[in-house]
Amino acid sequence: MNLLKTWILRYQLASMLLLTLLLAVVLPLSLDIFRLNLVGKYLSYAFVAIGLVMVWGYGGVLSLGQGVFFGLGGYAMAMFLKLEASDPVTTKIQSTPGIPDFMDWNQITELPALWVPFKSLPFALAAVIVVPTALAWIVSYAMFKRRVGGVYFAIITQAVALIVTVLIIGQQGYTGGVNGMTDLKTIWGWDTRTDSAKYLLYFLCVALLLASMLLCRWIQTGKFGTLLLAMRDKEDRVRFSGYDVSNFKVFTFCLAAGLSGIGGALFTLQVGFMSPSFVGIVPSIEMVIYAAVGGRMSLVGAVYGTLLVNAGKTYFSESFPDLWLFLMAGLFIGVTMAFPMGLAGVWEEHVVPWWRGRREAMRRATPQPLPAHVLAPVPPPPPSEQDRPAPLPAHLQGTQP
Amino acid sequence: MSNTDFALAVEDLTVSFDGFKAIDSLNLYIDRNELRVIIGPNGAGKTTLLDLICGKTRASAGSIKFKNTELTRMAEHKRVRLGIGRKFQTPSIYENLSVFQNLEVSYPAGRSVFGALAFQCTDEVREKVRLVAEDIGLHARLATEAGLLSHGQKQWLEIGMLLMQEPELLMLDEPIAGMSARERELTGHLLKRICRNRAVIVIEHDMEFVKRIAHKVTVMHQGKILAEGPMEKVQADPKVIDVYLGH
Repeated sequence: MNLLKTWILRYQLASMLLLTLLLAVVLPLSLDIFRLNLVGKYLSYAFVAIGLVMVWGYGGVLSLGQGVFFGLGGYAMAMFLKLEASDPVTTKIQSTPGIPDFMDWNQITELPALWVPFKSLPFALAAVIVVPTALAWIVSYAMFKRRVGGVYFAIITQAVALIVTVLIIGQQGYTGGVNGMTDLKTIWGWDTRTDSAKYLLYFLCVALLLASMLLCRWIQTGKFGTLLLAMRDKEDRVRFSGYDVSNFKVFTFCLAAGLSGIGGALFTLQVGFMSPSFVGIVPSIEMVIYAAVGGRMSLVGAVYGTLLVNAGKTYFSESFPDLWLFLMAGLFIGVTMAFPMGLAGVWEEHVVPWWRGRREAMRRATPQPLPAHVLAPVPPPPPSEQDRPAPLPAHLQGTQP
Repeated sequence: MSNTDFALAVEDLTVSFDGFKAIDSLNLYIDRNELRVIIGPNGAGKTTLLDLICGKTRASAGSIKFKNTELTRMAEHKRVRLGIGRKFQTPSIYENLSVFQNLEVSYPAGRSVFGALAFQCTDEVREKVRLVAEDIGLHARLATEAGLLSHGQKQWLEIGMLLMQEPELLMLDEPIAGMSARERELTGHLLKRICRNRAVIVIEHDMEFVKRIAHKVTVMHQGKILAEGPMEKVQADPKVIDVYLGH
């Protein structure tokens, strides 16, 4: 029991348990499957947000291209699903049956070599993590070894986001172009569009998200996390303490990319399609906003931030479709200016101290059964050893004769 | 260049920034267990010399050998792993971490990415932190956030962070700048203690302090060495007086 308690304190699991309760019990019981599926979609973005907590909050490196990794994970999953949805029977009206429909429309008569391995589910699942991580490694290794950082790194990631979007849209025959990959149906014959499948995928998403958060929490509490904070503060001091700073940044960036890839795959599974509109600059910046609103130093905060911003987005875009972008911009500017540490910062700096102060005040207000000899103007004869209250505050001890 | 018994052997070292030679064919030899103080007027190239040795600046020409290993093309972190520690002029510590964490992070284990992930703060590490903290007089403040320390304590903490790594060559850039008289005295004792089993290079301006600690003094001027030897001899050197007092 005590061990459990130290564990909870050490890894700050209390807030995580609360989040688990909300995601795994409260929301599934209170929302219908349509709304729950929406929450599941938001949670797939939360993978990106917790990755940003690691790379931006802890690592101090802002990336404006996380959508790329989200998209790559999503596309890897979508390629498998699309191939399964394009069996020769359902596609027999095409001029080349058995290949995805968009390839047929683009006069491609044979499955491209790049696509062939995606017939295998294990390969596709591995690609969900490996492809984004590999791209992240190439980009970050090239940048961090040359000590590119800060604004320059942010601009380069943004350029990568633009390039990848242009590439996806331009290579319509291989990627489905601007429409993306649609009509995804089954995974090994299991229909992902039924309600029961949606429930299952939602819980899978929650479980994977919590597992990812635990992994990140473990990294944060160890030496690696301390080193990240040290690097953010005095990079040279870390370098001249014998660490190859760039390796640590590369690892963190790759970790964030891998997590984003998992998020992308879960998005594809739950929403049923993947398109370039989740890859480019705008979605990448939106993902940074989730982490900024939630608090870039807090994993749990980033998840709440993602949920809130997306819930807001859904609500506002349903009610005021034209205003949404302005509201979001205002939100981002407002939050970063007023609460640089986001919702988690508000919680830590305002709510928790306020609550402590209140509890303290309440404790003072209730009359304490003070020992009589302290209150009495004339000191009574010294009490015997047995009835003297043991934990007497130090400043009161002086009043005793 | 042949091998030597010196801890550090710098030969014909030159670095130029846009044609300006900040260090100009400099030769310097430091013995093992020696405490050498480098003095010189502003812009003499003292800090640049330390930058070159620790790798912050790349040399244009010449050689730096540490225990007969050529350093000039080596990455900074590898030089540290060979046993070179560098303290910067302004206290360079991790302000948001506790004193304990500052020292723990400097412990020379788990320096690779996966090493850091697997690193455990064992009793051995804690014991080392405790010993170093006692040495630098911060053992009562291990839990304090480093940013809250006084200026002098920050300087000591950075020296402590270097001591955690047991460097064989320790380079300190103006360690007593901004310290009170009492703090200077304590730092003097600290330097005498820590130079027992390693070579130490100190850059300093305070002549009284230099007299107290130095085994040997090197005077630099315009990227070159002007004079070298015991303090009394150097102070009597007319060239040195000339540079310091002007014409």
